[in-house]
Formats: sequence, C-alpha cells, structure tokens
Amino acid sequence: MVSSKRIFADFKVFSRGYLRNKFGLFFGLVFPVILILIFGAIFSGGGSGTVNVYAQNQDTGFLGQNIGSTFLTALNQSSTIRVITVNASENFADYLAAHSASDGIIVPQNFSADYISGQPVNLTVYGNPTSSTSGIVTGTVSGYANYFNLQRYNGTTVIGLATTTVNTQQTKYIDFLIPGLIGFSILTSPMFSLVNISSEYKKNKLFKQLSLTPLTKMEWLTSKMLWYIVLTIAGFLLMVGVGIFAFGANVTLTAGLIPFLVLGPMLFAALGMLVGTVTKNPETAGVIGNIVTFPMMFLSGTFFPISAMPQYLQTLAHVLPLFYVIEGLNNVMVYGNMIGALVDFAVVAVITAIIFTLAVKLFKWRED
Amino acid sequence: MLTNFLAESYISLKLQRHQKLNRTLTGEIILIPIEVSSLKKQYGTLKAVDGISFKVNQGEVFGLLGPNGAGKTTTIEILEGLRERDSGEVEVLGFDPWKNGYELHKKIGVIPQEFTFFEKTTPREAIIYYASLFNIKVDPDQILKDVLLLDSAKTNFDSLSGGQKQKTGLALSLVNSPELLFLDEPTTGLDPNARRAIWEVIRGLKAKGKTIILTTHYLDEAQQLSDRVAIMDHGQIVAMGTTEEIIKEHGSGERLEIHGSEKLAEYIKANTELQVEYNKAHAEIFIPLKKKIDALAALAAAEQSGMDWGEIQTRQDSLDDVFVKLVSEQGEITTGETESKQQIKKSRR
Repeated sequence: MVSSKRIFADFKVFSRGYLRNKFGLFFGLVFPVILILIFGAIFSGGGSGTVNVYAQNQDTGFLGQNIGSTFLTALNQSSTIRVITVNASENFADYLAAHSASDGIIVPQNFSADYISGQPVNLTVYGNPTSSTSGIVTGTVSGYANYFNLQRYNGTTVIGLATTTVNTQQTKYIDFLIPGLIGFSILTSPMFSLVNISSEYKKNKLFKQLSLTPLTKMEWLTSKMLWYIVLTIAGFLLMVGVGIFAFGANVTLTAGLIPFLVLGPMLFAALGMLVGTVTKNPETAGVIGNIVTFPMMFLSGTFFPISAMPQYLQTLAHVLPLFYVIEGLNNVMVYGNMIGALVDFAVVAVITAIIFTLAVKLFKWRED
Repeated sequence: MLTNFLAESYISLKLQRHQKLNRTLTGEIILIPIEVSSLKKQYGTLKAVDGISFKVNQGEVFGLLGPNGAGKTTTIEILEGLRERDSGEVEVLGFDPWKNGYELHKKIGVIPQEFTFFEKTTPREAIIYYASLFNIKVDPDQILKDVLLLDSAKTNFDSLSGGQKQKTGLALSLVNSPELLFLDEPTTGLDPNARRAIWEVIRGLKAKGKTIILTTHYLDEAQQLSDRVAIMDHGQIVAMGTTEEIIKEHGSGERLEIHGSEKLAEYIKANTELQVEYNKAHAEIFIPLKKKIDALAALAAAEQSGMDWGEIQTRQDSLDDVFVKLVSEQGEITTGETESKQQIKKSRR
C-alpha cells in the first residue's frame, strides 16, 4: 500500500520548494548556526573575563617617583582588571555616569608622598553593590594594595597560589550548549513548519487536491519527516562543526546520536501536524503551536541545565518530550552515559509512536 | 440480436464494468459516467443538497449552474468522493465515490474551486510530480501545450497569473488521462481574456471526447460550453436540459418592445386585441407575441396614434432571464455582458 516511489516524488517536490524558499533555508540551516555563534560567544569564556575599571590618577608624585601610576600599571597587568585612564581634570563621578560605568578608582593627590613617608593613605574605589563586578574590583585592588604595602617594608610573599580546574569531567559550557541547541533546532524547524503547512494546506484545500491523487496521507507525512531528518542532520553537522572549530567544544560523536537525530524530527513533525490538524484555522494553529512549543523551548534544558531551575519546573520538564531528546543527546555527546541515553531513546520512541498515530488518525484528506 | 449482444459485451469488457449502459428509444447504446438519484446532504439545519437526481452522458459537457450557496460545490465534491453524502444513490464511472474514492481518483481529473499548488513549484515540475504519483509516463510539454501554458512552464506557481494558475490546475487534472473531468468554477476571478483562453482549452477537451462536469455562475460560460445544464437553487435542481429546452420551458416566449409613453401603450391596448404591459421606469411597452403577425398590428396601431415612439425590438427570454426567474431573489448571479444585465432588469418589469 505504501509506495516508496510516491514518498520520494513528494519528498523531491517538497525539498526543492523548501530550498527555493529563502526563509525556510534561513530558519532550517543558518539560524541554528547563528544561535550557536551567539550563545557560544556569550558563554564559552571566549572573552578575557576582565572587568573594565575607570581610574583617575590625581597623584602629583614625590622625589621624582609617581607611585600612583606604578600602582595602576600593576593593576592593569592583573588577569581580572583592565584599567581605563580618566584625565585628572574630569569630575570622576560625572564621568562614570556619562559612560554608564559603576567601577572606578581614584588615586589621591598625595599618594606618592604618603606612601614613601609611611603615612596612611586611602584609594577610593567606586562600585555598585548589586553588580557582581564590584566584588572583583574591590578584591583585586585590595590584593594589590597589600602587595604594595609589603613592598614598602621590603617584605616577601610567604603564601602563594597554584590554580587548577576543579572539574573532573572537564565539561565546558559550550559542550553542554551544543546538544541543547541541536535539541532546539530539532524542535523548532519541523514543529513550526508542519503547524503552518498543515493548517495552510487545509485552508487552501491543497489536501483535498492531493487526496485526488494516489498519494496517501501516511506517505505525505512520511516524506515530510524524511525531509526534516535530512535537515536536522545537516543542521547537526553545521552546529557541531562551528562548536568544535570556533569554540573548541569537546563532544563525543558516536552512532548513538542517530536515533535521536531521526526520532526527534519525526516526533516534532508529527506533533506539528497534530496541532495543525486539530485547529480550525492557521491563526489558531499558530497560537496553539506557540503555546506547545515555547515552554518546551525554555524548560527542556536547551540553554541552561534544568538543575538550575526550581524543583516544580524540573518536574514539569520531565513531561516535555524535548527534555528526553536533549537529555539523550547530552548523555551520548557529553557524559558518555549510554544506559541513560537508552532510557531517553525508549521514552522518545514511545511518545513519537503515540503522536504519529494520533496525527495520522486525526488528519483528514477529505471531509465528512 | 447476436450482434447487439456481442457489441454490448465488447463495450462492457472494454469499459471493465465501470460505466452504465443505457439504450435510447432508437436502440443506440449510450454510456452513463454519472448517475445521481435522490442525493441529500445537510450541514446542521441547512439543506445544502435536497434530493437531486440527474445523469450525465458520455462525451457531454454538463453545466451545473446556480447562485452562490445553491449546492453546486457540495454536489460536485460528493461526486468526486471528497465529501460524504447523507443519503441517495451516486455512481461515478461505476464506483461509489465515497467508498471507492481511491480507485475513482485514478480515473477522474479535478480542478477544485480556487485551485492552488505548492508555491515554489513550476507547472512542468508539478506535472512530473503528478505523473510519479500516478505511476505513469507523460510528456509534460505536450500537456502544457494542450492547456496553452508552455510559455510559463518554468515559472514558480506563486509567480503565475490567475489564468496561468487555473491552467496549471487543468494541466494537472489531465495528467492521468481521465475519462471524466470535474471543473469547479474554473474561470472565477479571471479577466475576460484568461476566461476565453480557458474556454478554448475546455472546447479542446470536449473535442477529444472527454466527459466534463462544469460548475459556474457565469451564464454565458455555461451557454458557450455546455451541452446540457442543470440550474440549482436551495439545494434543488429547478431546471435541466439544453439551454434551448430550458428557455422554451421556463421563458415567456417572443415579445415586442417599443420605447414610448404610457398613453401610447393605452392606445395600442385599446385599438388592438393584444396584451400590453408598460414599464414606467424605462418607458418601455411590452407586447407578448402569440404570432409573428401580432408585431405588425402593434406597429400599425403605434403609427396610427400619431404619438412619438422610439426603438423597437423583438426578443426572447435568454438563459439569463430564465435564471433570474427561477432562482431566489437573494441569489447572486453574474452575467458575461453588461448589456444582458440591463436586459434582465428590463424584462423583470
């Protein structure tokens, strides 16, 4: 009954139409890459991690030495602070406000004289207590002040620091981000597309038109699923490629990923079809589609681990199908937990079978 | 007897049981691709189709006319197997369309109302796609040529004009070489040139012996293309036959129309034995003609009156006139020519 020739004919027409449509191509392939570039850049620690600090040196020097200037140069060489010099004639508070900045240091006028003569002298540190950078600035400046105090009396450092990474699995944020964003594209592309197609085709009577040919609804839906599997795999390769080459991601690529890359798009294509089928018109379908998609998009561990969420949201995440797709991808790509992945696969397979059956059953070519 | 029997057996075998055979009074065998009896379909309390019966003969163009909401599309969709009927008997090429739709669809061609297709697919690709679905080999260029669309063969569907889109629909309905075609308002919304181009294609299909069911609310289109028409209103068939038969049965016969005053009308009425009616709004005198000679008597009286009179014409009810009489007041109709619209208004008196 099911003809592979008809499925292939429909696949060919649909994929060609998709590739000719710039929007489809953008959302199918370019958008996931942009996402990984943006999120990768934000969270992968690609930046220096330094805090910009505005500094005004009012120190006039003493006996040919400007200790204030030496202090700021030393501070600028730290790994946590980048010093931006502000002219001594500026009103410092106004200057910070004008530059929307909260972190700053003022070195007082008599800093060199007091330092050399051993008189107590204060550096003024500006900061916003609610900002996480203030603590970094205060801590670093205080550390350097202590170091200068020691130097003043020719003291030597007794306690030093040797740093190492406290992460046995050596997982970086980007490693976690890649499976999440792959899950995101597995969800959005087939889901939005099928919600739209199924409701529009119903409205334009294209399904009726197709029902007059030997193509069956099962063949039609199968060809759409095949296309989204192809698109998902292409998107997967692009995203992993960008993750590895642009951000040095460390993910495991094994055959264990294939079930998720195949079942995932099938699941969400069928779910999109189901939403488009049970709703009356494209507008309602769009709204219901968003209601179903958006919570899944944010609560399934796409952009951050669900362990960071409150307990009730974690419980909710466990009823969302995307959670198991992303958890499965994480288990294979990041943790190498194949037993966990197998459980996720089983859950995804059962949900897919249910949604697919419902979609085919409720989806009507003809009307009563 | 034997030859007749053999002929019938041969035709039956050739048609693989799919079509009904009927015999005319002269013994000629005719084929009945469509037979409908007492067909009913109701949506809630609305009787969309209310017990209609008709047959369509092989090679015939059968026009289904009626105002919007008359039940044309519901009827045609039931015949195509796209909609389930409530009751009645329907046989299309020997099949029950709802129960055997999948088999039936291999043998029929359909253009649904407001035909649409995949936006980024060209007419040529669409034909190849359909041929793959039907598992047949076709020459796409020949089909495009038949529907006068060869020039736009490589244009995406969303860039085609309204007429070209409808021609794509026609091309697709021909891919499986159907015996029977359903054209549901194939020219609605098209400009006059595009409409005439579609008519040419339909005439070409008729010349090839295809049976065609055509729904339209353009009366001139029905008159130009159909061998027989059925006029539907409120789910019922209110008239059926050739356009001449319908006009003869439901029209008011020939009449003389004289442009003149009410006094002149009264004068003619008083001085002849003719029945005279007057339309004040149009200053038009109407005189039904039982015999052609009645026209001479009326004109002689007009001349005798010494009063002024203008244009004269004799005319018969057109299909437009009959249509307006038959369908309900609220029904919308569209005629091909503005002039005939004016004539309808005049003749409604």
